[in-house]
Amino acid sequence: MNTIAVNTAHSEPRDFLCLEETHPHNGTLLGFWLYLMSDCFIFAALFACNAVLGTSYAGGPSAHDLFDLPGLALNTALLLVSSVTFGFAMLEMARQRKRAMLGWLAVSGLLAACFVGLEIHEFMTMIAAGAGPGRSAFLSSFFTLVGTHGLHVTVGVIWLVVLMVQLGKHGFTEANRRRLMCLSMFWHFLDLVWVGVFSYVYLVGVLR
Amino acid sequence: MSHPSQSALEHGAAHHGGHDGEHADHGSLRSYLTGFVLAAILTIIPFWLVMGHVIHDTQVTVLVVLGLAAVQIVVHMIYFLHLDTRSENGWNMLAFIFTIVLVVIVLGASVWVMYNENANMMPMSPQYQNHQQGS
Repeated sequence: MNTIAVNTAHSEPRDFLCLEETHPHNGTLLGFWLYLMSDCFIFAALFACNAVLGTSYAGGPSAHDLFDLPGLALNTALLLVSSVTFGFAMLEMARQRKRAMLGWLAVSGLLAACFVGLEIHEFMTMIAAGAGPGRSAFLSSFFTLVGTHGLHVTVGVIWLVVLMVQLGKHGFTEANRRRLMCLSMFWHFLDLVWVGVFSYVYLVGVLR
Repeated sequence: MSHPSQSALEHGAAHHGGHDGEHADHGSLRSYLTGFVLAAILTIIPFWLVMGHVIHDTQVTVLVVLGLAAVQIVVHMIYFLHLDTRSENGWNMLAFIFTIVLVVIVLGASVWVMYNENANMMPMSPQYQNHQQGS
Protein backbone atom coordinates (compact mmCIF):
# COMPACT_ATOMS: atom_id res chain seq x y z
CA MET A 1 0.00 0.00 0.00
CA ASN A 2 1.30 3.40 -0.93
CA THR A 3 1.66 6.02 1.66
CA ILE A 4 1.89 9.68 0.91
CA ALA A 5 5.31 10.82 1.79
CA VAL A 6 6.21 14.43 2.10
CA ASN A 7 9.76 15.54 2.22
CA THR A 8 10.12 18.71 4.14
CA ALA A 9 12.96 19.92 6.22
CA HIS A 10 13.11 16.47 7.80
CA SER A 11 15.20 13.92 6.08
CA GLU A 12 12.86 10.93 6.59
CA PRO A 13 9.51 10.63 4.85
CA ARG A 14 6.51 10.85 7.13
CA ASP A 15 3.55 8.49 7.01
CA PHE A 16 0.11 9.98 6.90
CA LEU A 17 -1.71 6.70 6.79
CA CYS A 18 -2.50 4.50 9.76
CA LEU A 19 -1.35 1.05 8.81
CA GLU A 20 -2.61 -0.59 11.97
CA GLU A 21 -6.33 -0.77 12.51
CA THR A 22 -7.50 1.14 15.54
CA HIS A 23 -9.33 -0.98 18.04
CA PRO A 24 -10.29 -0.53 21.66
CA HIS A 25 -8.11 -2.41 24.08
CA ASN A 26 -9.94 -4.48 26.66
CA GLY A 27 -13.17 -3.49 24.96
CA THR A 28 -15.13 -5.95 27.10
CA LEU A 29 -14.21 -4.16 30.28
CA LEU A 30 -15.28 -0.80 28.88
CA GLY A 31 -18.51 -2.37 27.65
CA PHE A 32 -19.15 -3.89 31.05
CA TRP A 33 -18.50 -0.55 32.67
CA LEU A 34 -21.12 1.01 30.37
CA TYR A 35 -23.54 -1.72 31.44
CA LEU A 36 -22.91 -0.83 35.07
CA MET A 37 -23.55 2.82 34.31
CA SER A 38 -26.87 1.88 32.71
CA ASP A 39 -27.63 -0.20 35.79
CA CYS A 40 -27.16 3.04 37.73
CA PHE A 41 -30.26 4.38 35.98
CA ILE A 42 -32.40 1.48 37.13
CA PHE A 43 -31.34 2.18 40.68
CA ALA A 44 -31.71 5.95 40.20
CA ALA A 45 -35.33 5.47 39.09
CA LEU A 46 -36.03 3.19 42.05
CA PHE A 47 -34.36 5.61 44.46
CA ALA A 48 -36.48 8.44 43.01
CA CYS A 49 -39.61 6.31 43.61
CA ASN A 50 -38.54 5.73 47.16
CA ALA A 51 -37.83 9.43 47.68
CA VAL A 52 -41.31 10.33 46.45
CA LEU A 53 -43.28 7.51 48.09
CA GLY A 54 -41.12 7.00 51.18
CA THR A 55 -43.64 8.58 53.55
CA SER A 56 -46.85 7.26 51.96
CA TYR A 57 -47.58 4.77 54.71
CA ALA A 58 -51.34 4.48 53.94
CA GLY A 59 -51.98 4.17 57.67
CA GLY A 60 -49.66 1.16 57.81
CA PRO A 61 -46.32 0.67 59.58
CA SER A 62 -43.68 3.35 59.04
CA ALA A 63 -39.97 2.92 58.38
CA HIS A 64 -39.36 3.67 62.04
CA ASP A 65 -41.61 0.79 63.13
CA LEU A 66 -40.15 -1.74 60.70
CA PHE A 67 -36.42 -1.30 60.28
CA ASP A 68 -34.01 -3.17 62.49
CA LEU A 69 -30.85 -1.05 62.50
CA PRO A 70 -28.46 -3.53 64.24
CA GLY A 71 -29.44 -6.14 61.63
CA LEU A 72 -28.83 -3.56 58.92
CA ALA A 73 -25.38 -2.81 60.35
CA LEU A 74 -24.53 -6.52 60.18
CA ASN A 75 -25.71 -6.72 56.57
CA THR A 76 -23.70 -3.65 55.61
CA ALA A 77 -20.57 -5.08 57.26
CA LEU A 78 -21.02 -8.41 55.41
CA LEU A 79 -21.19 -6.69 52.04
CA LEU A 80 -18.28 -4.34 52.72
CA VAL A 81 -16.00 -7.14 53.92
CA SER A 82 -17.01 -9.26 50.94
CA SER A 83 -16.03 -6.40 48.63
CA VAL A 84 -12.58 -6.23 50.24
CA THR A 85 -12.04 -10.01 50.14
CA PHE A 86 -12.95 -9.93 46.45
CA GLY A 87 -10.22 -7.32 46.05
CA PHE A 88 -7.79 -9.71 47.77
CA ALA A 89 -8.84 -12.41 45.30
CA MET A 90 -8.00 -10.09 42.40
CA LEU A 91 -4.58 -9.45 43.95
CA GLU A 92 -3.98 -13.22 43.97
CA MET A 93 -4.90 -13.29 40.28
CA ALA A 94 -2.16 -10.77 39.59
CA ARG A 95 0.24 -13.11 41.44
CA GLN A 96 -1.06 -16.15 39.51
CA ARG A 97 -1.97 -18.05 42.68
CA LYS A 98 -5.01 -20.12 41.84
CA ARG A 99 -5.71 -21.81 45.17
CA ALA A 100 -5.41 -18.57 47.14
CA MET A 101 -7.68 -16.85 44.68
CA LEU A 102 -10.30 -19.59 44.87
CA GLY A 103 -10.13 -19.31 48.66
CA TRP A 104 -10.78 -15.57 48.70
CA LEU A 105 -13.53 -15.95 46.09
CA ALA A 106 -15.21 -18.58 48.29
CA VAL A 107 -15.03 -16.24 51.30
CA SER A 108 -16.56 -13.38 49.24
CA GLY A 109 -19.30 -15.66 47.95
CA LEU A 110 -20.17 -16.95 51.42
CA LEU A 111 -20.37 -13.43 52.87
CA ALA A 112 -22.63 -12.31 50.01
CA ALA A 113 -24.78 -15.44 50.43
CA CYS A 114 -25.17 -14.59 54.14
CA PHE A 115 -26.19 -11.08 53.10
CA VAL A 116 -28.88 -12.43 50.79
CA GLY A 117 -30.03 -14.90 53.46
CA LEU A 118 -30.42 -12.17 56.07
CA GLU A 119 -32.27 -9.99 53.59
CA ILE A 120 -34.70 -12.78 52.71
CA HIS A 121 -35.21 -13.34 56.44
CA GLU A 122 -35.95 -9.62 56.89
CA PHE A 123 -38.44 -9.66 54.02
CA MET A 124 -40.19 -12.77 55.36
CA THR A 125 -40.45 -11.25 58.84
CA MET A 126 -41.96 -8.07 57.41
CA ILE A 127 -44.44 -9.94 55.21
CA ALA A 128 -45.44 -12.17 58.12
CA ALA A 129 -46.12 -9.03 60.19
CA GLY A 130 -48.50 -7.77 57.52
CA ALA A 131 -46.02 -5.30 56.04
CA GLY A 132 -45.73 -6.85 52.58
CA PRO A 133 -45.16 -4.97 49.34
CA GLY A 134 -48.93 -4.57 48.87
CA ARG A 135 -49.49 -2.78 52.17
CA SER A 136 -48.53 0.78 51.16
CA ALA A 137 -46.76 2.76 48.49
CA PHE A 138 -43.80 3.11 50.85
CA LEU A 139 -43.51 -0.66 51.20
CA SER A 140 -43.94 -1.21 47.44
CA SER A 141 -41.03 1.09 46.69
CA PHE A 142 -38.97 -0.38 49.53
CA PHE A 143 -39.41 -3.98 48.37
CA THR A 144 -38.75 -3.06 44.74
CA LEU A 145 -35.54 -1.16 45.43
CA VAL A 146 -34.05 -3.44 48.08
CA GLY A 147 -35.33 -6.52 46.24
CA THR A 148 -33.68 -5.41 42.99
CA HIS A 149 -30.39 -4.95 44.79
CA GLY A 150 -30.77 -8.32 46.48
CA LEU A 151 -31.49 -9.93 43.12
CA HIS A 152 -28.30 -8.41 41.72
CA VAL A 153 -26.29 -9.83 44.61
CA THR A 154 -27.91 -13.26 44.13
CA VAL A 155 -27.01 -13.24 40.43
CA GLY A 156 -23.49 -12.14 41.42
CA VAL A 157 -23.15 -15.16 43.73
CA ILE A 158 -24.33 -17.53 40.97
CA TRP A 159 -21.88 -15.92 38.54
CA LEU A 160 -19.13 -16.28 41.13
CA VAL A 161 -19.78 -20.01 41.57
CA VAL A 162 -19.72 -20.51 37.79
CA LEU A 163 -16.42 -18.66 37.48
CA MET A 164 -14.91 -20.59 40.39
CA VAL A 165 -15.69 -23.84 38.56
CA GLN A 166 -14.22 -22.43 35.33
CA LEU A 167 -11.13 -21.19 37.11
CA GLY A 168 -10.69 -24.54 38.84
CA LYS A 169 -10.94 -26.42 35.55
CA HIS A 170 -9.08 -24.16 33.13
CA GLY A 171 -6.88 -21.95 35.28
CA PHE A 172 -5.90 -18.40 34.43
CA THR A 173 -6.82 -18.31 30.76
CA GLU A 174 -7.33 -14.96 29.12
CA ALA A 175 -11.09 -15.46 29.02
CA ASN A 176 -11.22 -16.35 32.70
CA ARG A 177 -9.22 -13.27 33.64
CA ARG A 178 -11.54 -11.06 31.65
CA ARG A 179 -14.63 -12.62 33.23
CA LEU A 180 -13.21 -12.30 36.70
CA MET A 181 -12.38 -8.64 36.11
CA CYS A 182 -15.97 -8.01 35.00
CA LEU A 183 -17.35 -9.80 38.05
CA SER A 184 -15.01 -7.81 40.26
CA MET A 185 -16.44 -4.56 38.89
CA PHE A 186 -19.98 -5.90 39.35
CA TRP A 187 -19.23 -6.90 42.92
CA HIS A 188 -17.76 -3.55 43.96
CA PHE A 189 -20.55 -1.73 42.14
CA LEU A 190 -23.21 -3.54 44.17
CA ASP A 191 -21.45 -2.59 47.38
CA LEU A 192 -21.48 1.02 46.15
CA VAL A 193 -25.23 0.89 45.48
CA TRP A 194 -25.74 -0.57 48.95
CA VAL A 195 -24.14 2.56 50.44
CA GLY A 196 -27.03 4.51 48.91
CA VAL A 197 -29.58 1.96 50.09
CA PHE A 198 -28.56 1.81 53.73
CA SER A 199 -27.97 5.56 53.96
CA TYR A 200 -31.07 6.78 52.21
CA VAL A 201 -33.71 4.08 52.43
CA TYR A 202 -32.95 2.86 55.93
CA LEU A 203 -31.17 5.57 57.94
CA VAL A 204 -32.91 8.59 56.41
CA GLY A 205 -36.13 6.53 56.22
CA VAL A 206 -36.09 6.03 59.96
CA LEU A 207 -35.61 9.75 60.51
CA ARG A 208 -38.34 11.09 58.26
CA MET B 1 -9.61 -10.79 21.93
CA SER B 2 -6.75 -10.54 19.58
CA HIS B 3 -4.46 -7.84 20.81
CA PRO B 4 -1.27 -9.22 22.17
CA SER B 5 -0.35 -7.23 25.21
CA GLN B 6 -2.05 -8.25 28.41
CA SER B 7 -0.97 -6.00 31.14
CA ALA B 8 -3.17 -8.15 33.37
CA LEU B 9 -0.29 -10.61 33.32
CA GLU B 10 2.34 -8.24 34.44
CA HIS B 11 0.72 -5.16 35.75
CA GLY B 12 2.73 -2.23 36.79
CA ALA B 13 3.60 1.29 35.84
CA ALA B 14 6.19 0.12 33.35
CA HIS B 15 3.57 -1.54 31.17
CA HIS B 16 1.59 1.54 30.43
CA GLY B 17 3.89 2.42 27.60
CA GLY B 18 2.87 0.79 24.32
CA HIS B 19 -0.88 0.83 24.60
CA ASP B 20 -2.13 3.53 26.84
CA GLY B 21 -5.50 3.10 28.39
CA GLU B 22 -5.23 -0.55 29.32
CA HIS B 23 -7.41 -1.21 32.27
CA ALA B 24 -5.82 -3.89 34.33
CA ASP B 25 -5.20 -2.09 37.57
CA HIS B 26 -6.04 -4.48 40.38
CA GLY B 27 -4.98 -2.03 43.03
CA SER B 28 -2.79 -3.13 45.86
CA LEU B 29 -3.26 -4.58 49.31
CA ARG B 30 -2.63 -1.12 50.65
CA SER B 31 -5.35 0.49 48.51
CA TYR B 32 -7.94 -2.13 49.48
CA LEU B 33 -7.14 -1.79 53.17
CA THR B 34 -7.20 2.01 52.99
CA GLY B 35 -10.55 1.82 51.22
CA PHE B 36 -11.87 -0.63 53.81
CA VAL B 37 -10.86 1.52 56.79
CA LEU B 38 -12.28 4.69 55.22
CA ALA B 39 -15.52 2.95 54.22
CA ALA B 40 -15.88 1.42 57.70
CA ILE B 41 -15.43 4.82 59.36
CA LEU B 42 -17.86 6.44 56.92
CA THR B 43 -20.40 3.69 57.69
CA ILE B 44 -20.03 3.73 61.48
CA ILE B 45 -20.54 7.51 61.77
CA PRO B 46 -24.02 7.64 60.16
CA PHE B 47 -25.18 4.57 62.10
CA TRP B 48 -23.95 6.18 65.30
CA LEU B 49 -25.68 9.47 64.44
CA VAL B 50 -29.04 7.81 63.75
CA MET B 51 -29.03 5.10 66.44
CA GLY B 52 -27.61 7.31 69.18
CA HIS B 53 -29.80 10.35 68.35
CA VAL B 54 -26.66 12.46 68.54
CA ILE B 55 -27.98 15.53 66.72
CA HIS B 56 -31.38 16.79 67.82
CA ASP B 57 -32.20 18.50 64.54
CA THR B 58 -33.43 15.76 62.19
CA GLN B 59 -32.83 17.88 59.11
CA VAL B 60 -29.15 18.29 59.96
CA THR B 61 -28.78 14.55 60.64
CA VAL B 62 -30.31 13.74 57.23
CA LEU B 63 -27.93 16.10 55.47
CA VAL B 64 -24.90 14.72 57.32
CA VAL B 65 -25.90 11.10 56.58
CA LEU B 66 -26.37 11.86 52.87
CA GLY B 67 -23.10 13.82 52.74
CA LEU B 68 -21.19 10.92 54.31
CA ALA B 69 -22.82 8.52 51.82
CA ALA B 70 -21.62 10.69 48.94
CA VAL B 71 -18.08 10.70 50.36
CA GLN B 72 -18.20 6.93 50.82
CA ILE B 73 -19.30 6.43 47.21
CA VAL B 74 -16.26 8.42 46.09
CA VAL B 75 -14.05 6.26 48.37
CA HIS B 76 -15.48 3.09 46.79
CA MET B 77 -14.94 4.50 43.31
CA ILE B 78 -11.28 5.30 43.97
CA TYR B 79 -10.13 2.41 46.17
CA PHE B 80 -12.34 -0.50 45.02
CA LEU B 81 -13.32 0.29 41.42
CA HIS B 82 -9.98 2.05 40.70
CA LEU B 83 -11.67 4.76 38.69
CA ASP B 84 -9.22 7.31 37.41
CA THR B 85 -8.83 9.48 34.33
CA ARG B 86 -6.33 7.05 32.76
CA SER B 87 -8.37 3.86 32.58
CA GLU B 88 -9.67 3.05 29.07
CA ASN B 89 -8.23 6.32 27.78
CA GLY B 90 -10.56 8.23 30.03
CA TRP B 91 -13.73 6.66 28.66
CA ASN B 92 -14.59 5.09 32.00
CA MET B 93 -14.41 8.48 33.67
CA LEU B 94 -16.36 10.16 30.87
CA ALA B 95 -19.15 7.56 31.02
CA PHE B 96 -19.20 7.92 34.80
CA ILE B 97 -19.50 11.72 34.68
CA PHE B 98 -22.26 11.45 32.08
CA THR B 99 -24.10 8.97 34.31
CA ILE B 100 -23.75 11.19 37.36
CA VAL B 101 -25.23 14.16 35.45
CA LEU B 102 -28.21 12.08 34.28
CA VAL B 103 -28.73 10.47 37.69
CA VAL B 104 -28.78 13.90 39.33
CA ILE B 105 -31.36 15.06 36.78
CA VAL B 106 -33.51 11.93 37.26
CA LEU B 107 -33.38 12.08 41.05
CA GLY B 108 -33.52 15.85 41.49
CA ALA B 109 -36.22 16.51 38.92
CA SER B 110 -38.44 13.61 40.03
CA VAL B 111 -38.33 14.71 43.64
CA TRP B 112 -38.87 18.35 42.69
CA VAL B 113 -41.84 17.63 40.42
CA MET B 114 -43.49 15.17 42.77
CA TYR B 115 -43.01 17.38 45.79
CA ASN B 116 -44.76 20.26 44.03
CA GLU B 117 -47.52 18.03 42.72
CA ASN B 118 -48.16 16.79 46.21
CA ALA B 119 -47.99 20.25 47.77
CA ASN B 120 -50.37 21.76 45.19
CA MET B 121 -52.84 18.90 45.13
CA MET B 122 -56.41 19.90 45.82
CA PRO B 123 -57.37 18.95 49.37
CA MET B 124 -59.87 16.10 49.44
CA SER B 125 -63.16 16.79 51.17
CA PRO B 126 -64.44 14.21 53.69
CA GLN B 127 -67.61 13.87 51.60
CA TYR B 128 -65.63 12.86 48.52
CA GLN B 129 -63.54 10.47 50.57
CA ASN B 130 -66.69 8.72 51.83
CA HIS B 131 -67.94 8.49 48.30
CA GLN B 132 -64.68 6.87 47.21
CA GLN B 133 -64.75 4.30 49.99
CA GLY B 134 -68.40 3.48 49.24
CA SER B 135 -67.84 2.71 45.58
